[in-house]
Amino acid sequence: MHASSVLQAHSRLDQPIVHLTIVVTAIMFAILVLVFFLVVFASIRYRSRAGMPEPYQNFGSKKLEITWTVLPFLLLVSIFVLTVITMGDSDPPPTSPGGADPSPDLIIIGHQFWWEIHYPKAGVTTANEIHLPAGQRLLTRLEAADVIHDFWVPELSRKMDMIPGTPNEIWLLADHPGTFLGTCAEFCGNEHAWMRIRVISQSPQDFTNWEQQQSQAASVPNNPAAQRGEQLFRTMSCANCHAIRGVSSAEVGPDLTHLASRETLAAGRLENNPVNLEAWLHDPNNFKPQSYMPNVNLKPDDLTAMVTYLETLQ
Amino acid sequence: MSEVPVALPVLRKLERFEKEAGMLSWLASVDHKQIGILYLITALIFFIAGGVEALLIRTQLMFPENRFLQPDAYNQIFTMHGTTMIFLVVVPGLLGLMVYLVPLMIGARDMAFPRLNALAYWLYAIGGCLLYFSFFAHDAPAAGWFAYTPLSEKPYSNLQGMDYWALSLLVIGVGTVATGLNVIATVATMRVKGMSLRHLPLFTWMSLINSFLIIGAMPALNAALVMLLIDRQLHGNFFRPAAGGTPIYWQHVFWNFGHPEVYIMVLPAFGIISEVIPVFSRKVIYGYAVVAGSTVAIALLSFGVWAHHMFAVGMGHFLDMIFAASSMLIAVPTGIKIFNWIATMWGGAIRFTTAMWFAVAFLLMFTMGGLSGVMFAVVPIDWQLTDTYFVVAHMHYVLFGGTAFAVFAGLYYWFPKFTGRMLSETLGKWHFWLTFVGFNLTFLVQHNLGILGMPRRVFTYPDIHAWNVLNFISTMGAYLLGVSVLVFLWNVIRSRRRGEIAGPDPWDAWTLEWATSSPPPVHNFDYVPPVRSARPLWDLKHPENPDWQRGGRTRAHVR
Repeated sequence: MHASSVLQAHSRLDQPIVHLTIVVTAIMFAILVLVFFLVVFASIRYRSRAGMPEPYQNFGSKKLEITWTVLPFLLLVSIFVLTVITMGDSDPPPTSPGGADPSPDLIIIGHQFWWEIHYPKAGVTTANEIHLPAGQRLLTRLEAADVIHDFWVPELSRKMDMIPGTPNEIWLLADHPGTFLGTCAEFCGNEHAWMRIRVISQSPQDFTNWEQQQSQAASVPNNPAAQRGEQLFRTMSCANCHAIRGVSSAEVGPDLTHLASRETLAAGRLENNPVNLEAWLHDPNNFKPQSYMPNVNLKPDDLTAMVTYLETLQ
Repeated sequence: MSEVPVALPVLRKLERFEKEAGMLSWLASVDHKQIGILYLITALIFFIAGGVEALLIRTQLMFPENRFLQPDAYNQIFTMHGTTMIFLVVVPGLLGLMVYLVPLMIGARDMAFPRLNALAYWLYAIGGCLLYFSFFAHDAPAAGWFAYTPLSEKPYSNLQGMDYWALSLLVIGVGTVATGLNVIATVATMRVKGMSLRHLPLFTWMSLINSFLIIGAMPALNAALVMLLIDRQLHGNFFRPAAGGTPIYWQHVFWNFGHPEVYIMVLPAFGIISEVIPVFSRKVIYGYAVVAGSTVAIALLSFGVWAHHMFAVGMGHFLDMIFAASSMLIAVPTGIKIFNWIATMWGGAIRFTTAMWFAVAFLLMFTMGGLSGVMFAVVPIDWQLTDTYFVVAHMHYVLFGGTAFAVFAGLYYWFPKFTGRMLSETLGKWHFWLTFVGFNLTFLVQHNLGILGMPRRVFTYPDIHAWNVLNFISTMGAYLLGVSVLVFLWNVIRSRRRGEIAGPDPWDAWTLEWATSSPPPVHNFDYVPPVRSARPLWDLKHPENPDWQRGGRTRAHVR
C-alpha cells in the first residue's frame, strides 16, 4: 500500500488546494526562519558576559510595534483572499446541466466500520470500493447510518463529514484512470482505523461496463460446493446482515452481490483472494477486532463451501 | 515602606499555627500558597498518568498492525490522555501557579475568597479521582476528549465511561469557574497601594484575562455536559438525530468552550514568559501595554473562532469564511507578542539559566505551533489536513512546545520561591535538552505523517513504508521525553531536600513575590515595598534610575 499525500492532486478540483498549501506553507516557513534567526541571533549576540552592567532599559517603540502589527495583518488579508478563491475553485456548489434540482450521481453512506455505496441512476449497490469514470465529476451525497464519519481521499478532493440526519454533498472527480486510497477521517469507534476507502478510476467505457456488470443480479451457483455455500449463507446468520441480490436483502453489513469482483475485503483490511477470504471468515476478530462482523464458527467443510460460493459472486 | 495591616499578635499566632499544624495543614489549609502547591503536585501526578498513557499510545503505534493494545483499550487510553492533559494537568497546573503567585505579585495577604479557593482545589482533586475511577468501574470513556455525539451517546457508548467523564468534568468545571471569579475578585480588590492596573506584573495581567476567559467559556462546557447527561440518563434528545436532535449542536457548544479553552491553556504561559524573559535578559519588557492589550484582543477574539474546528462539517462556505477570517485575525495579537519578547531579549545581557533555556525554546516551539495553526485557518488546507496527524503535531507544538515549556521555565524560576531551595542547574540542563530533543523527535515527524495522509485517533495503521519509519521515530522521541520527565522528577525530589539555599531573591528579579522570604511566611509580607511602576524591586534597587521616573516615556507608551 502507498501513502496518499495531500501534496499530490489527481483531480482538477484538488489541484488548487495543493497550490494553496504549497504557497501558504512557504510563507509560514519564511516567517519561521525569520523568527528562528532573530531568536538565535539575539541569544548569541546578547548573552551576558562577566562584569556586564545592567543593559539599557528600552521600554518599547510605537513605530516598531505598529510595524509588526500591520505587516502580519496585511499578509493575512492576502492569504484570506487566496483562501476564498480556492474554496470556490475546489468545492464548487452542486449544479445540474438543466438547472434543475441536482440529484446525486453517487451516494456514500458511512457505517461502523464500512462504506455503503449507491449509484442511484444505474441502480447499483456496492461497498467500500468506489468506481469513477475518469474525467467526469460525480455529484456525491455523503450520509451516515450511525455515528459521524468523514469521507477523505486526499488526492481527489476535500474531506467532508458524514453526519447522521444531515447529508452533505461534494464533487468527486479523478482526472485519469488509477487507484486512489482514502480513509475515514472522523473518529467513529473501535475499528475507525480499518475504515479505508479505495477509489478506482476507469476509462468511461470500462466504467460503463463495470456499472453494467454490477447492476446484474448475483450469479446462481452451478456446482455442489457453491450450492451448499449458498444454502449455508441463507441458514446461518449471514443473511440477517448481508444482502446478495436474489438471495437476501438485509442492509446491516456490506452488500455481497458482487463481492468477488472487489479488490479488498473488510473495508480495505485484506486483499481479496480465496485464502484471505477463508481466513477472514474463520476469525474476523483476528483482522478487525471488535468490529460487528461476528465469528459464525463455520466447520472446516462449511468454510470451504462458503468461500467457494462467495468466490462465484463476480 | 508601607506596613501590611496585620496586628503583631495575630501574626505570631499564624506563625505558631504554621509550625504546629504539620502535614494535616495540607488538608485543611485555606492558604493560597499551600493550595497552589497542592494544585501543582496533583497536576504533576496526573501529568505522570497522562504521560504513561502517551507512552502506551506511542508503543502501540511503533509498528504497523501492532497487537500491543486492542482497539477499545487504545481508544480509552487516548481519550484519557487528552482529557487528563487538558483538564487535570494543564489548566489546574496553571491555576496552581495563578493562585500561588497572583496574591504575592500584587502584595496581598491571600486570595479574596480563601475558602472558595480551597473548595475549587478539592473539587478538582475529587473530579480527577472520579475520572480515573472509571478504569475500576469496568471501562474508561472511549469517545475522545471531544466526545462527539452521537458516538458518545448511549447507543454507541453504552457502558459507564462517558458518564464518569461528563460528571468528573462537571465537578472540575464548577471549581474552575470558582477560581476564575476568585482571581478576578483578588486582582480587583486586593492590590497593594500604588499598584494600579498599569503596574500589574504581566503574569497577573494574563491571569486576570485568563479568568475572564474561564468564566466566559467553562459554562458552555458545563451546559453541554448536562445536556449529554440528560441524553444518556434521562433519554433526552439534544444530540440524537433519530429523535430530531442534532449532533452538530454538540460540536458548536463544545467548541464554543473548546477554543477559548486553548487560550485558557496558553495565556498564563504567555504570562510566565513575560516574567522570565525580562528578568534573565536584564531588561524591562518591551511594550508592556502592547503585550497586555494584545492579550485582551486575543481573549475577545477567542470567543469568535470556535467553528474553525468544524470546517469539515459542511457548514457552507459563508460560515467557513467568517471563521477563517476571525481565526486569521487572532494570529495578529499572538504574533505581536512573539516580536515583543524577542525585542526584550534584543540588547539585553541574557543569562542562560534553565528557566531561560525553556523560555527561548518556547519562543521557537510556540511559533511553529502558531504558524501551523494559521494554516488551519486557511479553509481548503483544513479540508485536507484536519483530523490528521498534522493536527496532532500542531496542537502539541502549542500545548507542549508552548505551554509545557513555559511552565517548566516558570517552575525553574519560581521553585526557589516555593521551597526556599534552587533546582539543580546541571540536572536542569539535562532535563531541558532531553525534553527539547525528545519533543521535536516525537512531534516534528507527525507533520509529515499528516501530509502523507495518516488520520489521527487510529489504533493501528496499514503497512506503508513512510508511515512505518515516521511512526517509529516518533515513538523513540516519546521514550526520550519519558526519560526527560524522570530527570525532572529527580531534580524536584533532590533539590527539595538538598538544593542550594535560595534566599528571598536569587534571580535579582523585580516583582513583589521576590520581596519576601522563600518560601514566604503564611502572611506573605512583613513589609511591602512602595509600588510606583510595574517593577517595584527595580525601583528599589536602582534609585538612580527608577522606572517611574521615565515619566513621559512610560506614560505615553502605556496610554
